[in-house]
Amino acid sequence: MAVAEKPYVETDFALRKERSPWGDAFQQLLKHKVAVGSGVFIILLILMALFASFLAPFPYARASFKDNYAPAGSITQLEKPEFAGKRYWLGADYLGRDILSRTIFGAQVSLAVGFVGAGVSMIIGVVYGLVSGYSSARIDNIMMRFVDFLYALPLIIFVILMQVFFKAQARHVTQGAASFWTPFVAIDQKLGGMFFLFVALGVLNWLGMARLTRGQVLSYREKEFIEAARMVGASDMRIVFKHLLPNVLGPCIVAETLTIPGYIFLEAFLSFIGLGIDAPRPSWGNMISENYAGLYAVRGQSLGEILIDSHLLLSVLVPSVALTVTVLAFNFLGDGLRDAFDPRLRE
Amino acid sequence: MTKYLIRRVLWAIPVLLLVSLVVFVLIRAIPGGPFDFVGDKALPPSVVKNLEAKYHLDWPVWQQFCAYVFGDSICTLGKESGSGGLIQGDLGPSYRYRGRTVNDIISTGLPVSAQLGIMAMAIAVIPGVLLGVLAALKQNSAMDYGATFAAILGASISNVVLGPMLIFIFALELDWFPVARWGVSAPYFLGFIPAPTAKFWLHAALPVITLGSGLAARITRLTRASLLQVVREDYIRTARAKGLRERVVVMRHALKNSLIPVVTMLGPMFAAVLTGTFVVEQLFAIPGLGKHFITSIGNRDYPVVMGTTLLYGVAIVVANLFVDISYAWLDPRIRYD
Repeated sequence: MAVAEKPYVETDFALRKERSPWGDAFQQLLKHKVAVGSGVFIILLILMALFASFLAPFPYARASFKDNYAPAGSITQLEKPEFAGKRYWLGADYLGRDILSRTIFGAQVSLAVGFVGAGVSMIIGVVYGLVSGYSSARIDNIMMRFVDFLYALPLIIFVILMQVFFKAQARHVTQGAASFWTPFVAIDQKLGGMFFLFVALGVLNWLGMARLTRGQVLSYREKEFIEAARMVGASDMRIVFKHLLPNVLGPCIVAETLTIPGYIFLEAFLSFIGLGIDAPRPSWGNMISENYAGLYAVRGQSLGEILIDSHLLLSVLVPSVALTVTVLAFNFLGDGLRDAFDPRLRE
Repeated sequence: MTKYLIRRVLWAIPVLLLVSLVVFVLIRAIPGGPFDFVGDKALPPSVVKNLEAKYHLDWPVWQQFCAYVFGDSICTLGKESGSGGLIQGDLGPSYRYRGRTVNDIISTGLPVSAQLGIMAMAIAVIPGVLLGVLAALKQNSAMDYGATFAAILGASISNVVLGPMLIFIFALELDWFPVARWGVSAPYFLGFIPAPTAKFWLHAALPVITLGSGLAARITRLTRASLLQVVREDYIRTARAKGLRERVVVMRHALKNSLIPVVTMLGPMFAAVLTGTFVVEQLFAIPGLGKHFITSIGNRDYPVVMGTTLLYGVAIVVANLFVDISYAWLDPRIRYD
């Protein structure tokens, strides 16, 4: 019989490309040119932030009172041998500090706040959501009512109040008063005022993530593979972290990437109203706010003269552009990731 | 529906009480008091003590809170605080602005902030939705790419960046708009509607654009994404199959449903406008409430902090309530009973 004679061909499985959801998503992401470009830009930015002290021509706090408002490209008046002959490529600010160097160091703050803020809120939110979604309906209900309750609070006001509280505690401790806050203040000062910012941002922004994770868990927890795991005697811990977590994590990471610009903005906002990073450490937000105020001081001196020297404008423009381009890159990357992970949007 | 509304409003009361309790305790826990400095000079301790006694800051915190909420009643143990308390709408005196009450500060600042915020919401929602719909209907056209790019750029520019730039370009260099301050003052029609004079619009233009454009960009993106998803639904195919005109399909069937995520955004957006006013009022020296909120924290002007916080709390709670009500209107499948 013809059919029976058809030889059995062994498929070479090794040659066939293995496909996983993560691999698919990555392939999709690579097709998205702008997102890839943004990703590369962000990696370069991270490297710049990590090696800021090698890249920046001046330390961020090095002021020179002979050089305040120095125009772009001018040579420093500092006489120390390590600075002699160096140029302020983008000018100097109202205290004679190099704008280029401060902008490079400013990347440290924005990136750290973006990543750590997102990381902290994601860890809290995912764990809370996993526990809530996997628990009995009663506990789930209580946990979610608590989230609803927090949702109704004006969180930004608490972020502001917490920052004021932490800053005042720090001032208190540096004046010599020992308190419960002493070790935290020490950590905070090592990080230039960022630690308390992380706490304030992360602790209050996990609600959306908790809801998302819980929703995901609810859609997975009655699936066959979870039932199978339970049948072979896997413990709850194992089911949650080994079986549920990997499935839930993808959408959570995508959603969290989309919130990073929000954290960067929030830091800029807090620094702008004077509640962000401690001086003299630069962040793009406090550079904009300080230099903007500095410009007004100069304009006030030269009354009647309606003119803004371009080199003065640079002190505001450079951190503004840095902030905008960075957030733009995160937005493009977030969009690309979301499209890549959402099979419905594929052509 | 009515039952649901009553339940929500009742639910808001403990939320707001808790907010005020936390803020009340937290602001007092911050080192430094309201009378540490007058100008640059430190006050002598005896004067500080007298001032604190005058405003009852020497009482235990729970009694202070009691007096703040209920005024003179059983829980202040017969002590006189001289305040009607929150339940009578008395927010107390300001510690810094002598002779002004918090009610007074709010009633002068709130209308200005409300005008700014409402206009910012308007320029965020109306162009945002329109642009988003146009982009989605003409997907992958030049129009779509233009709108998408403008939206992502707009969403990436912070208030803190946009405000100074607009001031430089349009107020200082081109001299089209005033640099700062607000164009109208009280009395307002119905308490907050200003006379629409040219001066008002000129003063409002830059702050409103600063505050609203980022939100407009976010709404554009959201509307586009949501509408694109909705037009692939089965009921849209059904509507087309029935032979409805394209305009009816889009306006009656697709748009209404695609607005649900947009409406969801309006709650957080409202909060963003509120915080945005802190920056924008500072940048443009607008005599609104946002400036008072920030400075009162620095000054430890406890009653002003409490008053403004409570007001923002009420505003956010009310905004969230409106969002939930509008769901039921937009999607008939959602019913609250």
